Amino acid sequence: MSPSTPEQPSLSPFSVINVGAELFAEALRSQGVTVTSVAWRPPAGDPALLARLLADPVIDRANEIAVGRMLAAEPVLVDVQPARTLIPLFREAEGGYALLHAGPPISWERMCGPMRGAIIGACLYEGWAGNEEEATQLVETGSITFAPCHHYNAVGPMAGIVSPSMPLLIVEDRVHGNRTFAPLNEGLGKVLRYGAYAPEVIERLRWMQEVLGPALSRALRHIGGLDLRSLLAQALHMGDEGHNRNKAATSLFLRQLAPALVETGTSSAETASVLRFIASNDHFHLNPSMAAAKAMTLAGSNVPNSSVVVTMARNGVDFGIRVSGLGERWFVGPAQSIQGLYFAGFGPEDANPDIGDSAITETAGLGAFAMAGAPAIVQFIGGTPADALRYTREMYALTVTTNPQFSLPSLNFQGTPTGIDIRQVCRLNLPPVINTGIAHRLPGIGQVGAGIVHPPMACFISALQALADSRQAT
Amino acid sequence: MVIQAQVRRRTYVDSITLMQIATALKGLPGVENAAAVMATEANLQLLAETGLHPGGVTAGAEDLLLVVKATMPEAAEQALQAAEELLTARQPKKTLLHDGEFALAASPQPPHSLEEAVRRQPEARLAMISVPGPYAALEAELALRAGLHVFLFSDNVPLQEEIALKQLAQQRGLLLMGPDCGTALLHGVGLGFVNVVPRGPIGIVGASGTGIQQVMSLIAQQGSGVSQVIGSGGRDLSREVGALTTLAGIRLLLEDEDTRVIVLVSKPPAPEVAARVIEEAASGSKAVVTCFLGADHEALEQRYGSRVVVARTLTDAATLAVQLAATPASYHAATTPAGAIAARLERLRQTCAVSSASGHLVGLFAGGTLCDEAMQLWSALLGPIYSNIPLEPAWRLHESSLTALPGHCAIDFGADEYTRGRPHPMIDPSQRLQALETVADQPRVAVVLLDLVLGYCAHPDPAAIYAPVIAELRRRGPRPAIVVSLCGTEGDPQRLSVQAARLQEAGATVLMSNAEAALHCVQLLYEQEESGSVA
Repeated sequence: MSPSTPEQPSLSPFSVINVGAELFAEALRSQGVTVTSVAWRPPAGDPALLARLLADPVIDRANEIAVGRMLAAEPVLVDVQPARTLIPLFREAEGGYALLHAGPPISWERMCGPMRGAIIGACLYEGWAGNEEEATQLVETGSITFAPCHHYNAVGPMAGIVSPSMPLLIVEDRVHGNRTFAPLNEGLGKVLRYGAYAPEVIERLRWMQEVLGPALSRALRHIGGLDLRSLLAQALHMGDEGHNRNKAATSLFLRQLAPALVETGTSSAETASVLRFIASNDHFHLNPSMAAAKAMTLAGSNVPNSSVVVTMARNGVDFGIRVSGLGERWFVGPAQSIQGLYFAGFGPEDANPDIGDSAITETAGLGAFAMAGAPAIVQFIGGTPADALRYTREMYALTVTTNPQFSLPSLNFQGTPTGIDIRQVCRLNLPPVINTGIAHRLPGIGQVGAGIVHPPMACFISALQALADSRQAT
Repeated sequence: MVIQAQVRRRTYVDSITLMQIATALKGLPGVENAAAVMATEANLQLLAETGLHPGGVTAGAEDLLLVVKATMPEAAEQALQAAEELLTARQPKKTLLHDGEFALAASPQPPHSLEEAVRRQPEARLAMISVPGPYAALEAELALRAGLHVFLFSDNVPLQEEIALKQLAQQRGLLLMGPDCGTALLHGVGLGFVNVVPRGPIGIVGASGTGIQQVMSLIAQQGSGVSQVIGSGGRDLSREVGALTTLAGIRLLLEDEDTRVIVLVSKPPAPEVAARVIEEAASGSKAVVTCFLGADHEALEQRYGSRVVVARTLTDAATLAVQLAATPASYHAATTPAGAIAARLERLRQTCAVSSASGHLVGLFAGGTLCDEAMQLWSALLGPIYSNIPLEPAWRLHESSLTALPGHCAIDFGADEYTRGRPHPMIDPSQRLQALETVADQPRVAVVLLDLVLGYCAHPDPAAIYAPVIAELRRRGPRPAIVVSLCGTEGDPQRLSVQAARLQEAGATVLMSNAEAALHCVQLLYEQEESGSVA
């Protein structure tokens, strides 16, 4: 076989891609050649290993299957029920003393301030302790079992603490039959997910358990479930990205559920309190969105040989990812600090490192990956609408596919980038971008700002190595 | 003296640009030394060795590190500020948006990957790759898999990776030029360090960049032209690689309608590789000229002389190729007259008796192959030629010996020990200029030979740098004589005639043939001895 020569420049313009020194590109341009220069930077991890994995067609096929399942998932919000009926751990743990938390596994000793505060709050809420000292003692004597929400197909924003009595949203994937869960959003200010445990926090949690949860359950059953994929698709066209901006999704949620809430309500005063609570919280729909995103990524999990990321989650100390072809194994690195804007009176010195399961939205192609649809919130990162487009555009380089159901008008209705491939993350040395809120590092103060953050590259480098090892073994 | 450093996190800039920035900083007032490097362990080590390591700074391989050593803190700060401006000047300009204007029109960012670039420019046919060696194979493989021919300038690619890449290219019917490929020309488009030549009947396949540039320049100067030039990389003709690219290049030239003569340029190939390469080249109806510098030419002639023309120098290869291209297709190789350089060397060998007392020849080269060619000619007449790339192991010259030369010397400033952390002398002449001043001061040095290579990617105006230094040397006295081997063409951005005139005006003898320049140096030495001007 003999090489074919590049075509005559007179017939088709001689056309070159330049990777490296710009000197060569300039010399070609001065000869009238079309040159695209790559903004190259050294890859992360072992380049020989990367070359092998990138050339592996088995991985490509596995990834097609994984993202195919993610896109096929049909997350429907069907009900709200107490966590103890949904999470097996709460039945298995001795005395029922168990709590779920955000991110990869972590011990009490290593937990950050907001997570510790939320755990104390949960002990008070469950009546396991009468005050902070008793709660701390209970935890320190090892009486409480901790596990990541993700181990039970649940996701929780910020500290992500789920206790047995809390009502959980139930999302059903109508195609694959999976069920995923998320707690109800408490609003801003002094809330448990930011580590607050003052009496009004506990009181609100009780109201959510006794009034809000049952009301939502009745209404959802009444309408036969809410199609979250369709709701999110509409919200993206209304300026949400599904992580840091949930105004449109919350409004759509309320619009679809309000009649049923009224029809199934026990009293007009109670129904009004439910409607008022949802209407006053712009982030109410973050949690249903997270459960929907979890249902999508769960569908794409456990595809042998796939290099697609199916979990990104943080516990405020570690950032962890899980990869479809690598099962339940976590690959962790240090949680990073967030670049962003702070509310008046706060600054970077107040910030806790990255925390929460909400990065599941980016994992499913929402959040910062859909930033092109949410120009209104780029000011959080001091950016312009052009930056919003840039974030989304960059992520296409990392992902296996686009999701035609989540289309972006500003990018000519292109789907959001979906299915992060750890090979591309390492090859481009470009960690995924995540939109997120900033928690105060001390328990109970709450959100102090918002911005963007990246996972540490170490997660992806060690996952890549594990994938290479598993490919070697087959 | 103060050392100040600045770290730019997660910023990658290519080494050529960084070295240009460092060179610019060194020229600022009060700046003793400066470095701009990616903070890899190797580079940090290098900084420590040169006394530029900034203590207490933490930076990793992904971070850009700027270091300035200056007489005063203010000077260091100004230099770091200047570096900032130089780096910013590289960035694409941000599109300014009016208030309220939606940003859809904002210019897209450059692609982050080769695949992304291919998506944006699907008509691309070739990838030009010059990333650091450890990463080069990955990029080259992805380019081949994307269906692109590859010009791989990067060096330090492991041998096994080179072989695997060349096999992949072969399977895909693509051309992989390199690694360590400096020069190519396809359908009139020059790639890398290359001269501007007319289209014509001569195709070149070569393992050496400056060797190819010499041949193509001389072909153009003799009024002929070049069809295609395929660079193969320095190791292609080794036993291990087995000339995979050279053979692909030869086949391409055999099929190329514009090509009537094929020239092969390289160091001596492994014997069994030479046989395969020559068999392949001679298998078609096209005339073939081989130029294997340093090979046993008589043995080659004996074995292959009936099928190919064996040239002993780059100049002869060019001349013979031009003659062959002009003769009718019925031409038979054996009738070609011996090359002019070979003949002149023979005459000099018989007539020149140069004694050891007659002073030294010193060659200061940017082109490794040009250095090699000059050493072959000189050693045939003068015996040992000391060098950092010696013909014989016993003739090795160390960097420190520049101030006390042991005899006739030729130094390749493009070799690894001179280019680690610095631009190639074809881009940045400062190091070789310094060496010129050092050797010219030595009374035993009779003649200095410099090569200047023009063309794309080379220094935009080397005469502007060298002519003043040469003129100054001439003001000081007649010795040493300065001979310039000027490799280039009238079409080059620097213009051959303009460069030659300025160098001559400064007092240099300028020759366009490296071999002639080398022989001219011996002639000068001989004449100086005859006239008794020995120091």
